[in-house]
Amino acid sequence: MLLLEMSTPGRQGYKLPELDVPEVPLTELVPQAYLRSTDLGLPELSEPEVVRYFTNLSRKNHGVDVGFYPLGSCTMKYNPRINEDVAAMPGFKRIHPRQKASTVQGALQIIYELGNYLAEIAGLDKATFQPAAGAHGELTGLLIIRAYHRQRGEDQQRREILVPDSAHGTNPASAHMAGFVVREVPSDNRGGVDVAALKSMLGPQTAGLMLTNPNTLGLFEENIAEIAELVHAAGGLLYYDGANANAILGITRPGDMGFDIVHFNLHKTFSTPHGGGGPGSGPIVVRQELADFLPGPIVEYQDGEYCWVEPKQSIGRVKAFHGNFGVMVKAYTYIRHLGAEGLKAVSENAVLNANYLMHHLKQDFYLPYDRICMHEFVLSGKWQKEYGVTTLDIAKRLLDYGVHAPTVYFPLIVEEALMIEPTETESKATLDAFIAAMRTIAQEAKSNPEKLKSAPTLTPVARLDETKAARQPILKY
Amino acid sequence: MPYIPHTTAEQQEMLAALGMTQIADLFVDIAENLRLKQPLNLPAPLAEHELVRYMRQIAKKNINLDDYVSFLGAGAYDHIIPAVITHLTSRGEFLTAYTPYQAEISQGVLQAIFEFQTLIANLTNMEVANASMYDGATALAEAALMACNVTGRHKVAAAANLDPDWLEVLSTYLENQDIEVIKIGYHPITGLIDQAALSTTLNQELACMLVGQPNFFGGLEDVEPIARWIKAGGGLLVMAVDPISLGILKAPGEYGADIAVGDAGCLGNPTSFGGPSVGFFAVNGSKLVRKMPGRIVGQTTDKNGKIGYVLTLQTREQHIRREKATSNICTNQALNALAATIYLALLGKQGVKQVAYQCVQKTAYMRSQLLDAGFRVRFTAPVFKEFVLQADLDWDKVNDYLLEHGFLGGFPLKYVDVQLADSVLIAVTEARTKAEIDQFVELLRRCR
Amino acid sequence: MDVKSGLMYTKDHEWVKEVSDNVVRIGITDFAQDQLGDVVFVELPELNTRVNKGEAFSVVESVKAASDVYSPVTGTIVAVNTELEENPELINESPYDRGWIVEVKLDELDFSDLMTAKEYESYLKEV
Repeated sequence: MLLLEMSTPGRQGYKLPELDVPEVPLTELVPQAYLRSTDLGLPELSEPEVVRYFTNLSRKNHGVDVGFYPLGSCTMKYNPRINEDVAAMPGFKRIHPRQKASTVQGALQIIYELGNYLAEIAGLDKATFQPAAGAHGELTGLLIIRAYHRQRGEDQQRREILVPDSAHGTNPASAHMAGFVVREVPSDNRGGVDVAALKSMLGPQTAGLMLTNPNTLGLFEENIAEIAELVHAAGGLLYYDGANANAILGITRPGDMGFDIVHFNLHKTFSTPHGGGGPGSGPIVVRQELADFLPGPIVEYQDGEYCWVEPKQSIGRVKAFHGNFGVMVKAYTYIRHLGAEGLKAVSENAVLNANYLMHHLKQDFYLPYDRICMHEFVLSGKWQKEYGVTTLDIAKRLLDYGVHAPTVYFPLIVEEALMIEPTETESKATLDAFIAAMRTIAQEAKSNPEKLKSAPTLTPVARLDETKAARQPILKY
Repeated sequence: MPYIPHTTAEQQEMLAALGMTQIADLFVDIAENLRLKQPLNLPAPLAEHELVRYMRQIAKKNINLDDYVSFLGAGAYDHIIPAVITHLTSRGEFLTAYTPYQAEISQGVLQAIFEFQTLIANLTNMEVANASMYDGATALAEAALMACNVTGRHKVAAAANLDPDWLEVLSTYLENQDIEVIKIGYHPITGLIDQAALSTTLNQELACMLVGQPNFFGGLEDVEPIARWIKAGGGLLVMAVDPISLGILKAPGEYGADIAVGDAGCLGNPTSFGGPSVGFFAVNGSKLVRKMPGRIVGQTTDKNGKIGYVLTLQTREQHIRREKATSNICTNQALNALAATIYLALLGKQGVKQVAYQCVQKTAYMRSQLLDAGFRVRFTAPVFKEFVLQADLDWDKVNDYLLEHGFLGGFPLKYVDVQLADSVLIAVTEARTKAEIDQFVELLRRCR
Repeated sequence: MDVKSGLMYTKDHEWVKEVSDNVVRIGITDFAQDQLGDVVFVELPELNTRVNKGEAFSVVESVKAASDVYSPVTGTIVAVNTELEENPELINESPYDRGWIVEVKLDELDFSDLMTAKEYESYLKEV
């Protein structure tokens, strides 16, 4: 039963204190014509009913807290609870964004210092925290690229953004929103950007190239130095999609590789919880030369205090207020807890775990790029296809083993793709259990494909009719 | 190392399985000259116990709404938040879940989103709502982009009395797609959209008109003639509304709005220095549904006929359509939307009405007390939970004085328009008591 | 894969059928509908819309993909299969017949870039 179906007239879960000011007839304050005449359509429930409803809903849901969640490119690592406690401190939770700077020096300190930490990690200079998610950060970074070219009088000519064919969908979508035309660069047989193809696509029409490194195949771009040189020589800028930063913390830095703008996903690399689809935070860090373009205001430290400063050629706000501050506090807490050593251990163990899984799973599943991976790798369900089993079937069967399926059918350049990212917070025992489950599934594919095709059977619902959901959408009740 | 289970022995075992002896062997693909030779220059790690104390010190440097009585609004408000909400949103299954791509094990999140969509659609009196946007400002910008997409036009009109930060976001989003934003000014006496400025030629070119209800100054617009005007020219009516106000105020659907957006942070989410909040986005008409940005959850059945929920109409989104997607949005504000859903379930139709009613009454009481104390009110329009106070005072200095006495004063409007330097925007929500209001009025009286 | 004889085909998997002087009917092939999966929605153009060869005039959506339909000819749209609004699955069930999408009145008869059924069959083997 849904909330409105459980509703009973007269119930109210939360009671306000009585009105303590003298009452004035409503129509003296608001014209009758401006008052609502339709039903609110909200339920009437008691608090215990609401608690039970949502508690039981949560029990139908998988989370990192519940079990292994190897979603490639999502970095489903453990979400430390100390971060939650800190973000809930009244000094962080109960502050208003328009408070005078002198009354929120602690908040500004967090923003300023976190900016410095990310700059250090990125090997770049200045940050903004306005973007609320990775895609939002991408859009912001692309708008800065436009502003850069506009300042040089080259915006009209430089209309193209290049993305690899393995790129995440947000990359071309963001480029389009920023007003660019998108062109795809093919990958070579090692899984990296095809440098010859890239060369032929670069020119005076190039605004920039967006890359993830390691890429969505989990592979480090071996030619990154050459790629950076080529793009810069053509007059373009290089954008780093930080979704895969969990592989490189303290190991290498995008700024050193030649990237000009970087976004980080605090809800991936920096352990803040995904919340079922957000909130996230997608700060961007730029090279000093681009700092004047950042959406303002940003935090500076001047004359012994933190203050707001408007960058001289700001592209303008991309969000109201200061970004997802509550998320930022969590990332800040995480970085202060781990320190440089802890962050490096994150990447080392994330990469170790991924290679360990890859090494064992490639015996039963086709591995299109058989080389050392970074924090994630991509398998193909190609071999299982012979038995009439698809990657979707494999994914659904994994659900019966209490594991959230890896990312499926992405990146697009691998047939029947399965993208696996274990993260560093998984134990060897969990990894071994996953390997065993996948082995069993590979066996089942041969001996009993029906088991996969009918999966999942041990979950709250079985496979859902997505065709019906799209043909006859029921989007509310 | 924090949160990393492996012992050194286990690491060695795993490396051996890979035919390696040291961790560095894993990173051979990274050129020598790109590998960091020194540790990152970050502060030394703090153990959890030290960390809590350290963070508490930083938090103490912030004046917060638990210790100070706030009459500050301008886009973020001190509303009452039921205690039980965080207990439910902190449940690990909600907190640590990802976007519900594997529907069979994400029915909790999916069903919760379906409830959010339903309650927001009902509250706004619109047909369909999506699973959330980053905030009200970006929702407004995306609404304008959608209107241009649907009508094929490249001009939008926006009320000049919308939140200036929202207008700035709008401009940042739209100017890069060669879409012109035409501001419709407001009348100096009423503070409302100047209806005389609604030219009968302009509306032929406009994709939409963006109206705030209430507007940034807290005033209530006469929306009917604006709706008629924009629709007569073939454009869409986009309303940015305060969801709490819909407890008593006419909803966007009742005005015939095509798109309704706003910030639902005031429904059960803390101010948190402005974020995370949650934007909502609702439309009327099946044509518009397929052009909506953001995730949408739909109800369906599984192969055994059991009712279940899935992400649907995904072909609008970036992971399928890529550069042809209606928007680039991926991660949204799911947990904050969940908090809003729980809020609406707890308060219910009676409670939301009461919150709105108390906002209006308390604001009216503050206003009348200040008028009695000899202050002027700028703008004659009826208001919801905010109004503009006018006096020949340095409002920054007044706010400093108020701070000394435990109050956060209103937002000095000189920061948005130098012509309004003598004015301050004061918000009074249901969270404020008569005693607090009386004390505040008394303090202001002493400033004159 | 069913390739109907008597029709003309494009590399983007559309089929073209002459229905009268200067008017052709257009749809997508069996191969295309099979690739897409269950069709859930078809974005149909308005009547009298002009289309140019190579331009997209419609979008066929399934649960997991959206495919642009490109016009193989230049002309004006004189008929639209409105049955697809309620029954998009017609494209899956009957791609060459009841699942037709539009009819176009041609500016000129130019089928030079189109393949015959046999040529399309060979083309499919390479794809």
